[in-house]
Amino acid sequence: MSKPLDFDAAEQLAMATGDVEPEQLDHDAPVSLPPPGPRYEAVPRAASPAIPEPEGELLEVSVGPHHPSTHGVFRMNVVLDGEKIVQLKPVFGYLHRNHEKLGEQTTYLGNMPYTDRLDYFCSLSNNWAYALAVEKLAGLKVPERAEYIRVITAELTRLVNHSSLVGFLLHDMGTMGTPLMYAFREREKILDAFEALTGARMMCNYHRFGGCRVDLPPGWLDQVRTIVDNFPRFIDEMERLLSENEVLIARTHGVGVLPPELAVNAGVTGPSLRASGINYDLRKVDRYGIYDRFQFRVPLGEKGDVYDRYMMRILEMRESVKILQQALRDIPEGPVIDPKVRLRNFTPPVGEAYGRIEAPKGELGFYLISDGSKKPYRYRIRPPSFINLTVLEDMCRGHTLADAVIILGAVDIVLGEVDR
Amino acid sequence: MSACASSPTSGGGASGSLPSLEALRDRLLEAVPGAQIQIQPNPAVPEQSSLVVDPAHAVAVARYLRDAEDLRLDYCSNVTGVDWLDAFTEETVTRTRVVEGREVTVEETIRHRRPGYLEVVYHLYSMSLRHGPVILRQRTRNRVDDTRVASLTPVWRSAEFQEREVYDLFGVQFEGHPDLRRILMWDEFADHPMRKDYVEPDDYEYEPTPNAEILPKARRHYPLEGTA
Repeated sequence: MSKPLDFDAAEQLAMATGDVEPEQLDHDAPVSLPPPGPRYEAVPRAASPAIPEPEGELLEVSVGPHHPSTHGVFRMNVVLDGEKIVQLKPVFGYLHRNHEKLGEQTTYLGNMPYTDRLDYFCSLSNNWAYALAVEKLAGLKVPERAEYIRVITAELTRLVNHSSLVGFLLHDMGTMGTPLMYAFREREKILDAFEALTGARMMCNYHRFGGCRVDLPPGWLDQVRTIVDNFPRFIDEMERLLSENEVLIARTHGVGVLPPELAVNAGVTGPSLRASGINYDLRKVDRYGIYDRFQFRVPLGEKGDVYDRYMMRILEMRESVKILQQALRDIPEGPVIDPKVRLRNFTPPVGEAYGRIEAPKGELGFYLISDGSKKPYRYRIRPPSFINLTVLEDMCRGHTLADAVIILGAVDIVLGEVDR
Repeated sequence: MSACASSPTSGGGASGSLPSLEALRDRLLEAVPGAQIQIQPNPAVPEQSSLVVDPAHAVAVARYLRDAEDLRLDYCSNVTGVDWLDAFTEETVTRTRVVEGREVTVEETIRHRRPGYLEVVYHLYSMSLRHGPVILRQRTRNRVDDTRVASLTPVWRSAEFQEREVYDLFGVQFEGHPDLRRILMWDEFADHPMRKDYVEPDDYEYEPTPNAEILPKARRHYPLEGTA
């Protein structure tokens, strides 16, 4: 096994580009975590940890809420000792519209388009998570063809999210838009496909309880096949440009390290968790939908720094392409929605259900409590980017303010989901 | 077909190593002396039934669930607040009464009041052993003046922001939370908007201006048509 570069992710890179034969990963093997006990006890911390004696004066800076690299209306109250961060408190809620209260005042079907507005980069994943929770609550079945369409749309969404995230992350590092525009060029093609399917480019309101809204338009699968077949070329291009780029490595290597015990304890999910080396992907763990039928691997990082988080996105895009190729090959004919499902006047039985999927940003869950009426009694969203922010301070402490910007960029937040 | 609807455990995948909820409750009662734990069944999704724990022993129960070798629920996925209003149930009772020396059967309706409470729901999974969910619930004594539960943030950091959100939107006081502040609403906001009896203000951005004093005075001087 040759090691072209001496940092940890190089091996992952080599595996992804096919230079090295990957060892067969055992996805069902339990994650090796340190045994519980005193090590975990150390993880929670007091509200304001004692600030070490500064060399000079401490400086308090409020970054945001309109700073261009805060990915939306987001603020960080930072206490600096020179250039080093000693304390960081995220402040958000500027986009809060009490989505969950709206959900209690709307019918089950009426909530579906609202879910698009949570993480507006990944509206189709949000649709799926909500549909999954309602299907669990009401015990609905989904036709075969609809399951394939769901996988195809969700994985296309992942490509959109991850490619844009890499672009935005590099934008935060000062590349002034070049990788971002490359990413948007590919995203544009996928958005065209979404528009042909759902009528909307970003607020794609398409999944329904028990299936999907309508069947695919003619020629849509060929359009997606072209996109998917050309996508690896784009990933190669990005990697040639970025993965061994000296500036990127200098800025990201060893920055914002997230230890695996803390990641688990703080409920971090998605690529950030896997960058810390925890093998936990709901597509493998829960096998919701039909994910048990596809061959794909879960990439894992070793260090848990920003570089690993960047690399996770690249590698996951490659795996998504594999899933898409298999799904596009195998998709059967048939109905896309169970004709017995009554979407209007939909009334699930009394009870509650928690459904979750692996959204591009992490575990997206919906928790519904039904009192037997047409509106949910309680409609709760488990937003991945909101909970991933819990560890922002832990990752940033000791780094410079310029590093905090890219650490935040690599967390991948969307304020529509954080603030709800 | 859909694996979600047919899978025996909602966690799916390699789960199944969890003991039944009854066995889990018995173990918890043994491990945490004095704890009061009830099972709350879930008629729609029976495998997602939950354990109701009294706040005084909630931290000990949570710590046991996290640290026991075969449970290792190291990942607290979701924290939810729920507001349950006072509930009234009506019961019809047939009674025999003596009216004017004769025995008469009378049907009487008795109204029972179950006082409302706030509830916090925790969805726990294990990343190490890949099973779950175990659902834990804590209830406050009422909705008005005793809205305390125990914070589980010392056990799972992931509850930190979510408990702050429940405090913000429902007004649950988490005892032992390291940093209990509002998180989504602004600090000056007084109410808890996710409560079921919350009344929206007409204007969120209303601030008293000099107009507030002058307008009534002006109206006294120049009464509108038909109001004087």
